[in-house]
Amino acid sequence: MMVCFSGQRHFLRLLSVASLLLIVSSTPVWAMHISEGILPANWAGLWFVIAAPFLYWGIREIKIKSRKAPQYKPFVALVGAAVFIISCMPIPVPVAGTCSHPVGTGLAAILVGPAPTVVLSSVALTLQALFLAHGGLTTLGADIVTMGVAGAFLGYGIFWLARRMGISALVAAFLAGVVSDWATYAATSFILASALHMDASLWSMFGTILLAFVPTQLPLGVLEGILSAGAYRFIHFRIPELMKTQFLSGGSS
Amino acid sequence: MRKTFVVCVAVALLAVGAWLAIEMTEGDWGGVDESVVEHYAEEAGRSARDPYINTDQGDLLLFVFLLAGACGGFVAGYSFKTLFSRKRGPSAT
Repeated sequence: MMVCFSGQRHFLRLLSVASLLLIVSSTPVWAMHISEGILPANWAGLWFVIAAPFLYWGIREIKIKSRKAPQYKPFVALVGAAVFIISCMPIPVPVAGTCSHPVGTGLAAILVGPAPTVVLSSVALTLQALFLAHGGLTTLGADIVTMGVAGAFLGYGIFWLARRMGISALVAAFLAGVVSDWATYAATSFILASALHMDASLWSMFGTILLAFVPTQLPLGVLEGILSAGAYRFIHFRIPELMKTQFLSGGSS
Repeated sequence: MRKTFVVCVAVALLAVGAWLAIEMTEGDWGGVDESVVEHYAEEAGRSARDPYINTDQGDLLLFVFLLAGACGGFVAGYSFKTLFSRKRGPSAT
């Protein structure tokens, strides 16, 4: 089903090296990741249970698509490297005086599909929790739900909806980036509020935490949208065949 | 040529603007996990604890990044010709 392009291979190698070199210049930032010990054990366990079917779905989809198109698996790996780097790339937000990071799952969902993006997020988050003191192993399930499930599915959903409404792919990719970023932080707010609200109202605490994210994530979400649209445009013009094969046959499930 | 000039000026203006904005902003540039996630968690009586493998000690984290960078540099050097050669094979279906 999928054709093998020399240009595509060239692009994938360039992308891989760019990703690896980016690691050199990046330092981790702690943002939407829920740190070790913050969630009580029962809540941490619940989010693992919620994340598990999405992970299974993602692994299954990667296997099926890889059988149909051998180039799909290395491409998924490269997009995974990009998600790993983007999700620990510190960006200072002058208005807020804080740093935060984009999530990259909106772009990944457009390129490889939302369910495989959950798997990519889980790999990136596990590596960050193990080696970068970023996030936590006990809170991994919650972090997968925020970045992988909420970010990827809502980002992809808005992209799909925008395309169905006849909006250009570039604008749709921008919207996917913005929505995936904001959805990730909204989900983080909900997870924190649900576990920590105690006697207070869940929705009042959710609103408070969400509002606290706004000064940083509002501009950063727009930046992530621009990043997603730029990356989409670059790939679309450089290797249009890739978009056609990945999105139409692979990513649209 | 003109396009390059416009792009360079735009990038320079953006960089100066960002630098000025950063200089004028009062903030410790910490992550929002500290200012938001951990702040509200501590208010609720749940403090974050050290990760099981804590690489955030001294220059250890830099070492991890150095290793990743060294591996990336090695791969880039090893595949330099493949990566930067303009020669392309015919498309196969």
